[in-house]
Amino acid sequence: MSAATASPSLFDCRDIYARTVEELAAADDRIVVVVNDSVGSSKLGKFRDRFPRRLVNVGIAEQNMVGVGAGLANGGKIPFVSGAACFLTARAMEQIKVDCAYSQANVKLCGISSGVAYGELGATHHSIEDVAWLRAIDKLTVIVPADPWQTAEAIKAAADFDGPVFIRISRMPVPELPRTDPVFRIGKAEVLRDGSDLAIIASGTTVHHALAAAEALAGEGIATRVINMATVSPIDTDALAAAAATGAIVTVEEGLARGGLGGAVAEYCAAHAPVRMRMLGFPGFLPTGSAAWLMEHFGLTAPGIATAARELLGVARAQ
Amino acid sequence: MSNSEELLGTAAAPADRDARVSNVRNRANWMRRRLLKMIFDAGQGHPGGDLSATDVVATLYFDILRIDPTNPAAPNRDRFVLSKGHCTGALYSALAGAGFFPEAELDTYLKPESRLNGHPNRVYLPGVETNTGPLGHGFPVATGIAIAGQIDQADYRVFVLTGDGELQEGSMWEAAMLAGHRGLGNLTLVVDRNRLQQGAGTEETNAIEPLADKWRAFGWDVVELDGHDHGALIDAFDAAAAPRDKPRCIIAHTFKGQGVSFMRDQAGWHHGVPNAAQYAQAIAELEAEMAS
Repeated sequence: MSAATASPSLFDCRDIYARTVEELAAADDRIVVVVNDSVGSSKLGKFRDRFPRRLVNVGIAEQNMVGVGAGLANGGKIPFVSGAACFLTARAMEQIKVDCAYSQANVKLCGISSGVAYGELGATHHSIEDVAWLRAIDKLTVIVPADPWQTAEAIKAAADFDGPVFIRISRMPVPELPRTDPVFRIGKAEVLRDGSDLAIIASGTTVHHALAAAEALAGEGIATRVINMATVSPIDTDALAAAAATGAIVTVEEGLARGGLGGAVAEYCAAHAPVRMRMLGFPGFLPTGSAAWLMEHFGLTAPGIATAARELLGVARAQ
Repeated sequence: MSNSEELLGTAAAPADRDARVSNVRNRANWMRRRLLKMIFDAGQGHPGGDLSATDVVATLYFDILRIDPTNPAAPNRDRFVLSKGHCTGALYSALAGAGFFPEAELDTYLKPESRLNGHPNRVYLPGVETNTGPLGHGFPVATGIAIAGQIDQADYRVFVLTGDGELQEGSMWEAAMLAGHRGLGNLTLVVDRNRLQQGAGTEETNAIEPLADKWRAFGWDVVELDGHDHGALIDAFDAAAAPRDKPRCIIAHTFKGQGVSFMRDQAGWHHGVPNAAQYAQAIAELEAEMAS
């Protein structure tokens, strides 16, 4: 997919996920999908119709879903284990740790409708802890794609990579981002905008908000470096060093403020490049509200990100 | 019979049934002596469960499994998954005896940086299919392997050994339900029914009976046998005897600590370690059994 320029259209990355896995499956018969009664919510109906033998539905049983995924990998398959991110990660955490990561099984874990996409359904259905949890597990790659192109490229890269990978697949509407690097590489950050006053390091659905914040700040004479940190683990330390060189970092993620992307950046900076930081994310169990309301209410859209940047730099908003 | 000439099973095992039984009996006796030495030298281990599982593991590794230690990742190999991952004494002695690594390496058991960890690790050690240790993991993974074989219409078989206490884990029944639903005829599960879990009996802790009825209700073929009877195990593992459209559950009635008089059926030997006199007595008993 070419995406040289920003598009005003918004996309549901689950559509791109389903299309990409189907394309991969057509070219490689090792590709299979494992679901927990989540064919519809993973948008895999067409995959099932086209490759009925290669869609394994374990029913509502997440521990078994991940264990079966590891077994399919043992049997030579490349399983894409797809379920709502909240259940896939929390319910099957030990299977992710032991059967996938510790066993180095070639399993691709796809956390569907991650973050606060389920909005009003509440904290049981929010998956805001997933990145913090999974980042703590050794030998597990964690990717949070920001847009349709990156979702597709991350899925292809995961299929090519021999080892366990977790990918967030968001249903939150996001635009196609302007691209500065035509190639996606696991572990390599993407610098979407250069600037020397501060750096905003964002992941997933917050990246386009970070870009909009940077645009607003530019109007006030603040030059902002915007980094799309899609791979949260292992993290791109070269990109972090360059970000720290600006003297101020704001991190933004659709997840817990502690332990996730912000935590990863803070760990690096504390050890290698102490720098002023603000970590934007959710505080914990969230009040009732739509996904869009939650993002705005907790300051994860452009106005909130710009405000945090100004506060960090100690400057008042330009009138 | 599931053996084929190019892989270990028949290459090492004789064709005549009496000779097969005798071969497995000798191997099991060797495993028992070897795993007790490992535990005695290391000063820790799980002898109770190792000894209850030894005859099942010996029958698989030295008679049934089509595996090749020189090509441990062969795509069409039979798989054995130790779901009760703490019983590494039985697994490691079998893998060494089958030639997956030198027997002398057994002396490194539990030592710093040994490949022989307290729970099996496939990244360290050839012949291990998946890392286990926390209960309730190996069986779902084995089910996934069997599904891969079903998708590919491959002719390899998948064997998994679970503890009986392990059946208190919910993930076991998730896998049981799926394997029955999919009719995984290439999957054989053995329950090491020694009736004892770490602290007490299974039935006084959280009863798993009526066990055979549970498996049948989940769509499985069920065989009950004496888990220390090598001939019965060989017959129950025979591919020709098993239904092709159902997974098979073998409830192997066993005793913790089997083969050593003072360990037999004693919960205290779950992870007990023999002292020098006890070790000498255990070895003497096993040597006497070999001579009989």
